Amino acid sequence: MNRLMVWLPLCIFAILVGFFFKGLSLNPNEQPSALIGQPFPVFGLTDLMTGERLTREQLPRQPYLLNVWASWCITCQVEHPYLTQLSKQMPVVGLNYKDTETAAKNWLAKLGDPYALQIFDPTGRLGLDLGVAGAPETFLVDSKGVIHLRIQGEVNDRVYAKKIQPVLETIQ
Amino acid sequence: MIPEIGHFALVLAFAVSICLAVFPLYGYLTSQDGFCATAKPLALMQGLALAVAFGVLMYGFLAHDFSVKYVADNSNLDLPWHFRMSAVWGAHEGSLLLWALILAFWGVAVALFSRGIPDHMSALVLSVMGMISVGFLAFMLFTSNPFVRILPFAPGNGADLNPLLQDPGLIFHPPMLYMGYVGLSVAFAFAMASLISGQLDATWARWSRPWTTVAWAFLTLGIALGSWWAYYELGWGGWWFWDPVENASLIPWLVATALMHSLAVTEKRGLFRSWTLLLAIAAFSLSLLGTFLVRSGVLTSVHAFANDPERGVFILGFLVIVIGGSLTLYALRAGKVSEPGEFGWISRESFLLFNNLVLTVMAVSVLLGTLYPLLVDAVGGGKVSVGPPFFNAVFVPLTAILISGMAFGPLAKWRQSDDPKLYRPLIITLIVSVLVGLGWPSLLAGSYSISTAIGVTMALWLAIATVVDFKKKVGLYGGLTTTLARVEKGMIGMWFAHFGLAVMILGVVMVENHTEHRDLRMGVGDAQRLGNYNVRMTDLAVINGPNYVADQATFEIYEDDQLFKTVTPQKRRYDASGMVMTEASIDSGLMRDLYIAMGEPLGDGDWAVRLSVKPFVDWIWAGAFLMGLGGFISIMDRRYRQKLEVKKDEASGEEAPA
Amino acid sequence: MNPKRKQRLLIILGLVSGLGIAVGLVMYALSQNINLFFTPTQIAKGEAPSAQMIRVGGMVADGTVDRDPQSLKVAFDVTDFDHNVRVTYEGILPDLFREGQGVVVQGRIHSGQFVASEVLAKHDENYMPPEVTEALRQSGKLDQMMGGQK
Repeated sequence: MNRLMVWLPLCIFAILVGFFFKGLSLNPNEQPSALIGQPFPVFGLTDLMTGERLTREQLPRQPYLLNVWASWCITCQVEHPYLTQLSKQMPVVGLNYKDTETAAKNWLAKLGDPYALQIFDPTGRLGLDLGVAGAPETFLVDSKGVIHLRIQGEVNDRVYAKKIQPVLETIQ
Repeated sequence: MIPEIGHFALVLAFAVSICLAVFPLYGYLTSQDGFCATAKPLALMQGLALAVAFGVLMYGFLAHDFSVKYVADNSNLDLPWHFRMSAVWGAHEGSLLLWALILAFWGVAVALFSRGIPDHMSALVLSVMGMISVGFLAFMLFTSNPFVRILPFAPGNGADLNPLLQDPGLIFHPPMLYMGYVGLSVAFAFAMASLISGQLDATWARWSRPWTTVAWAFLTLGIALGSWWAYYELGWGGWWFWDPVENASLIPWLVATALMHSLAVTEKRGLFRSWTLLLAIAAFSLSLLGTFLVRSGVLTSVHAFANDPERGVFILGFLVIVIGGSLTLYALRAGKVSEPGEFGWISRESFLLFNNLVLTVMAVSVLLGTLYPLLVDAVGGGKVSVGPPFFNAVFVPLTAILISGMAFGPLAKWRQSDDPKLYRPLIITLIVSVLVGLGWPSLLAGSYSISTAIGVTMALWLAIATVVDFKKKVGLYGGLTTTLARVEKGMIGMWFAHFGLAVMILGVVMVENHTEHRDLRMGVGDAQRLGNYNVRMTDLAVINGPNYVADQATFEIYEDDQLFKTVTPQKRRYDASGMVMTEASIDSGLMRDLYIAMGEPLGDGDWAVRLSVKPFVDWIWAGAFLMGLGGFISIMDRRYRQKLEVKKDEASGEEAPA
Repeated sequence: MNPKRKQRLLIILGLVSGLGIAVGLVMYALSQNINLFFTPTQIAKGEAPSAQMIRVGGMVADGTVDRDPQSLKVAFDVTDFDHNVRVTYEGILPDLFREGQGVVVQGRIHSGQFVASEVLAKHDENYMPPEVTEALRQSGKLDQMMGGQK
């Protein structure tokens, strides 16, 4: 009996691990955007750099990344060089989120501006439509304007290889 | 350049930890003393490398090096220097570094203070600790490196430390808590070493006892500091919220408490060997699990400040290896452990067994309550939450049961102790405490509270029983000074700890049942009666702090129409993050705390204000402090510092079985 | 069976049954004390039990916060953008309580109103209580969150 009893703790632990693993996949922080598979929301804002009116119709007609950033966001600065590099392969549209015009322009002047377009969203209105919880976030949108992927946090080569590339291959 | 030194030191520590994990174990398995002898120097080297890494990160904070992402994320030019120091462990990466540093520190301590232990044993212990270190350092280097830089353009200013953590309590709380959590790794490593070597007699218990006790003491103080911090910084005046993060520290504490008592039986009587081994594994495993729960975001909580699923997968994998591996080894080896010796149904052994049973049930119920939302969610039962009513419903009766055992246990003798004479002092003790306990609530304002009567009775019974035991020993040894000199220090420690628990329970009972509490609307000139006090708001002002702007109210507190104190609670808005924080004003006293906090502005210059009188609330932390102090006293015992030969003699001494 | 073995067996049996009973009681206590979570839509459809302590999550609807000028009584709507639930509360709201922000309220349904005993607001900019996310996801309205706003 004793011989069997000593295995009991291991068995209990194994069951717990099963639950934990399940729990990780249920992670409340991985918020699935309700917009996956949905068209990009309608908006009417201005371009940060030109001050001209921007609407959904002006977004690229090929797969592109929409990057939600702000000058107050430190991680945005971290991912910026990588996005600059990515912008040579595919268009990257900026969504300047809850920011001020001067701060955002200074930031771009200092770090470089790889963005094809720069949607200026000081009130976070479009951000709310997109279900943005914070910055940075990045969305992958196809040529028909349908959202395919949402990434919360930094985009780097690992995230690109693991998340963006597989989806990109299916929509190209 | 300097951050790279830190990064390099971290990589070096990782390489050293791999050597530490492998060489001594290889040396042991192949009986090559040369390899075993590498353990101590490697442990020292690892400690040094991590100290350098830690120092570099701290320098980054003090020197405002915002090119380091972690610094930029958690510091600010306006942040005062002492918070910049504690900001080192204010978020995920830095607190992991602190964890690893403390683990290395414990390794150094084992290397330095293990002269009484055979070399092959200390080599195995350090090797096991090295394995844990490998896991943590790998986790840090691959998923959470604190030295990642923002180049080429470093931000001019940082995002600031989470305002919740800008508090003196945070300077000490995490290091203390981690000393406890990680200190349990020593007991774990000793248990693993004895399982690996197959030397499963009582000697490992003797060796790991002081380490367990000191880790337990740190854990006690760490939890108490955390509770104190929550009390005055979270702004709502509660002292314990049954929050998953708090539970994650309470569960290992309960198991470590059981382990301490069970180790006593194993050391003195050679009994409960396989159970003690299991507890040693469980105590450390549960502190790892606590880390997992906090860090992975599996459970969300008010202060889980770093959540990331990828890290969660890594920690889960690490947990599976450490806990799964150790439990497998346990299953393979512990089945063969013999349990020599017998004990009577009423004996110190049986009381300690009872203690272990109750503490285990407590730990299991807290664990179940904490994990239940996760379990329900995993089987598709939707989102539920488990609140304080559950924990109180389980914890209160179990504590009462535990205390009755604590009154009897110390009086009982080893082996057989069914002589009723031994327990006679408890009858008088019980009568006195019941009488005082029943009378106590009628001295207080408000309606008679049965739960106060019961709670006070329990606390008094435990306190007096502890004093009775102490007096008995004084009688035995003839005089106070001879007793303190000759009695085992562990005994003195136990008196402190048990008495501390009584003090704490008294505090808890009073706070929970007799807090006088008002949430109300107040403007300048308004006054409110609260108990014996009259509280009047006399002024509202805007104050500029170093990195925040605050609304500050001034309250005059009158006692019997005499101005007794003027306090200034604040509502702060931190510049960098825009976060709003409540700074409560607390007038602490032996018999009560007077607590005033500002809620929210209601317009017309009025504010929502929270006023409370919390009787005996400081007794909670005073009790916890006494418990921790007891732990530290226990390890002063001379026999823990004696050499190997002496220990062998003692092992066949008076208390051990023939 | 010698007395020593018999004692060990009894102890083990005692421990296992003691633990079993304890776990059973704990599970019972759990089932009595959990707070189920509901979305405003579920409450509007009458799926939530009245008199039982439950939790509701959603956004504080814009322009619905009414304060009593004399006391700390406050009422506001919690919405998942499909349905609203009127919540009444008396006490101090958390620092992060704001219109348009995520909130979780705990309390009971009492004659068509939700009487909250506790209001939990989201903790920081980047963290949304999982219940709130769940409510918004279930209603499929994360995308239309601005739809009702003028």
